[in-house]
Amino acid sequence: MAGSTPASPSVDLTVAGDPAFLGLDPSPASAGSHLVSDGTAALAAAYPALAAAVPDAPAVDRRRSGAGEVWFRFSRHRLALASVFVLAALVLGVVLGPVLWPTAIDDIDFSAMLQGPSAAHPFGTDDLGQDLLARMIYGGRISLAVGVAAMLVATVVGLTVGSLAGMSRGALGPLLMWVTDLFLALPQLPLLLLLIYLFRDALKRVFGVEGGVFVMIVLVIGGLGWMPVARLVRAQFLSLREKEFVEAARSQGGTTLHLVLRHILPNALGPVIVAGTIEVSSAIIAESTLSFLGLGFPPDIPTWGRILFDAKDHLDTATHWALFPGLAIFLTVLSINFIGDGLRDALDARRVV
Amino acid sequence: MTAPLLDVQNLTTSFRRDGAWREVVHGVSFTVNPRETVALVGESGSGKSVSALSLMRLTPRDSSRSGGRALFEGRDLLALPEAEMRKVRGDAIAMVFQEPMTSLNPVLTIGFQIAEGLMLHRGLTRDAAEAEAVRLLDRVRIPAARSRLHDYPHRFSGGMRQRVVIAMALACRPKLLIADEPTTALDVTVQAQILDLLKSLQDQEGMAVLFITHDMGVVAEIADRTVVMRHGRAVEAGDTAAIFRGAEHPYTRALLSSVPRLGSMAGEPRPLRFPIVSTTTGAVDVPPALPDTLKPADRPLLQVSGLTTRFDIRGGLFGRTRGRVHAVENVSFDLRAGETLSLVGESGCGKSTTGRSVLRLIEPAAGSVLLDGEDVLKLGPAALRERRKGMQMIFQDPFASLDPRMTVGKAIAEPILLNRLGNRAEARERTADLLARVGLSPDMAGRFPHEFSGGQRQRVCIARALAVRPRLIVADESVSALDVSVKAQVVNLMLELQASLGLAFLFISHDMAVVERVSHRVAVMYLGEIVEMGPRAAIFGAPQHPYTRRLLAAVPVPDPARRGARAALSVDEIRNPIRALDYLPPERRYREVSPGHVVQVWGEDWEPARPAAA
Repeated sequence: MAGSTPASPSVDLTVAGDPAFLGLDPSPASAGSHLVSDGTAALAAAYPALAAAVPDAPAVDRRRSGAGEVWFRFSRHRLALASVFVLAALVLGVVLGPVLWPTAIDDIDFSAMLQGPSAAHPFGTDDLGQDLLARMIYGGRISLAVGVAAMLVATVVGLTVGSLAGMSRGALGPLLMWVTDLFLALPQLPLLLLLIYLFRDALKRVFGVEGGVFVMIVLVIGGLGWMPVARLVRAQFLSLREKEFVEAARSQGGTTLHLVLRHILPNALGPVIVAGTIEVSSAIIAESTLSFLGLGFPPDIPTWGRILFDAKDHLDTATHWALFPGLAIFLTVLSINFIGDGLRDALDARRVV
Repeated sequence: MTAPLLDVQNLTTSFRRDGAWREVVHGVSFTVNPRETVALVGESGSGKSVSALSLMRLTPRDSSRSGGRALFEGRDLLALPEAEMRKVRGDAIAMVFQEPMTSLNPVLTIGFQIAEGLMLHRGLTRDAAEAEAVRLLDRVRIPAARSRLHDYPHRFSGGMRQRVVIAMALACRPKLLIADEPTTALDVTVQAQILDLLKSLQDQEGMAVLFITHDMGVVAEIADRTVVMRHGRAVEAGDTAAIFRGAEHPYTRALLSSVPRLGSMAGEPRPLRFPIVSTTTGAVDVPPALPDTLKPADRPLLQVSGLTTRFDIRGGLFGRTRGRVHAVENVSFDLRAGETLSLVGESGCGKSTTGRSVLRLIEPAAGSVLLDGEDVLKLGPAALRERRKGMQMIFQDPFASLDPRMTVGKAIAEPILLNRLGNRAEARERTADLLARVGLSPDMAGRFPHEFSGGQRQRVCIARALAVRPRLIVADESVSALDVSVKAQVVNLMLELQASLGLAFLFISHDMAVVERVSHRVAVMYLGEIVEMGPRAAIFGAPQHPYTRRLLAAVPVPDPARRGARAALSVDEIRNPIRALDYLPPERRYREVSPGHVVQVWGEDWEPARPAAA
């Protein structure tokens, strides 16, 4: 090829690898012609000789290993990066908190009821004079663990159901989607009541009081939260499995498992990550609801949601009581969502950061 | 009138990207006189569409800006207040876009969409506007216009939709019509109909047309004057005939030389590479003849007989099968090593389905596909994966056929690892080897597909297909999406690979001129059946079947001197391959006109079309 092609030294070859230039296309072209939207990227292609003998483009300079590239791209997303620090601070706080602030969570002090923040009680006290900071630290462990574990359960179930339904061309797909719709249609609170009454004692025997409730809550919240993920994954699979690159891999001898794991799943993960982060936040809030109904952890075990609900009767006199757990839930949910955004962008090689 | 209708002076357009302004159109000047057709021609990214959008001020307001002047009837379009500009758009200047599928709103009837502009700009009542819409649909030759007024866009074919879009554009009798690649998405016969329509409407309405295209054949067909654009600059402008006769700029010459011309291969015994003209110096590189890749004694590498593929159409409450698309119907052909057989036909004729059925990417309903004497259709899953090494596919859209999250090195190494043809180190070595082979640099292996240009991506796809050392490659419209000069290069590469590796190509294409260049033999498909098959010279030199003739007559010839030499085309639509469940395909007979040249015996339904196609 190169031999038969006259060199054209004046062609500006750098365009080929300049991401900023490649990224230029969508806005003007969406109004008009496809050729331009595909084409501005292919500007350099307009020249013979070019494709035959393109020397190193400047893009090569910033090439990194896979994980390094993802981290580089993630770190360009400032909100996500800040969120990592916020979340890390929260996690470190609840893990190391008891060491730094060794106050008992059930230390009742009627002389210090409903006090605002002070040196003795940095986050104030509740109506029994218990130290809110200590309770927040203890509750944060449960809330964060419930949120993350329930998200994992929901995502794993959702991914499995969604990808099976998305790849099936027979009766399995519609069947799984019927099950998904069924779960979506179930009245969740009565079901929660039923499940908890049926299984609470059995689980308590196996895992202990706190462990049993934890496992139960995670399974119940995760088990009722996988449907949106499954629907998302199925929709992604349905469109991705018809894509030409999947067909290309199939024509090269890839098994269905290979196609799913290497080509379809990685391309479907973007929305799943976002759905997963939302799942964390809704799990934290769902746990609060359960605690409020007396179905979650026992009332003497504080979780962020539980503290918030206990505080609701004293909003006018002790604002701080609701403020701190509320703020903690808010910061957790917000930072996890931003991290999800950042991850989605970082994992998408096409997106210019 | 001597004053130009549109006088564009030193138009510049910039887009903002990451806070920096980047100029993409650098000082383009041209004029359009009343009743004149001016073509803006260039390859993708040359700024031709952006120029037109800038004139209409349709580029995003916050992130783009235009400079220069664009005098339309003495008023500067670029300086008009937005409210004034709105009155110009769709009234004095109308636009037709490329994609007829997306430029109509699917939830509104076409009658409403045409009437909308009339009510807006002319202040007509609903009834008057609809009456006018019927008249317009008649003008663009939509049969039974009155009864189709309340139909939704999905009930029209692509060509019909483009007619509706043109009717919308004509609604307010514009003085200038800007047509942005209006025929690019259409089949050749439909394209010819739309071009004819545009020409006759232009004569009747006396409007000027600014025609944006990448297709030199279309330019030769329609334009009075031509402006050649490259890199956002007008490199050459002038009378169309003069440009085709003797272009000044080397780029224009390079562009013209890489345009495949139907009929240029008469007398050539074998496929021929495209000549490559340097875009900077204008020096011509005449391709040396390719060696003969055919060994006549060989048993055919691929023998396809009675291949039939049908798709069920399901509907109703329980998803019952209500009809079938007879996509491929009793297709037989064979292909020898080192040979290129082209499947040609228009969209929906089943040529791609044939290619996919041969690779068993789609399960055929009947027939046999013998690869080296072994029936691919009878293999189990594991054996099929094993045998697929012998046959590979190159897809139309190189971007869609590469996993966006995989570096091209991994993409090329994947088939090697999948088929256990080597360990990781060997795969890496072979990847570098293959990249060099297709004219890319081996250290590009670490890049992602979006970092390549269209032509380079197609080279990557070719390298990936070659990774398993196949003997047959199914090239499904592999060069159709590429710019002409890139297309010429990729075709040259494929021909060279055929010469050096003895590959057999099943070349699926709608582009008759490229097919003429690359094929040893050609099969013409219509409604899922092969209507004519034979050596390339016979098909192009002495076409027998009326459909083949119609197809060849519709190809735009890049030669303004031959404009109008073509007979008028009928407004026939391609018929529908959807059949009832109990449909029995008619028995087809073939007759041999000359050695190797067979043609389907056609029935009476072809006879009325015959005088038009002759």
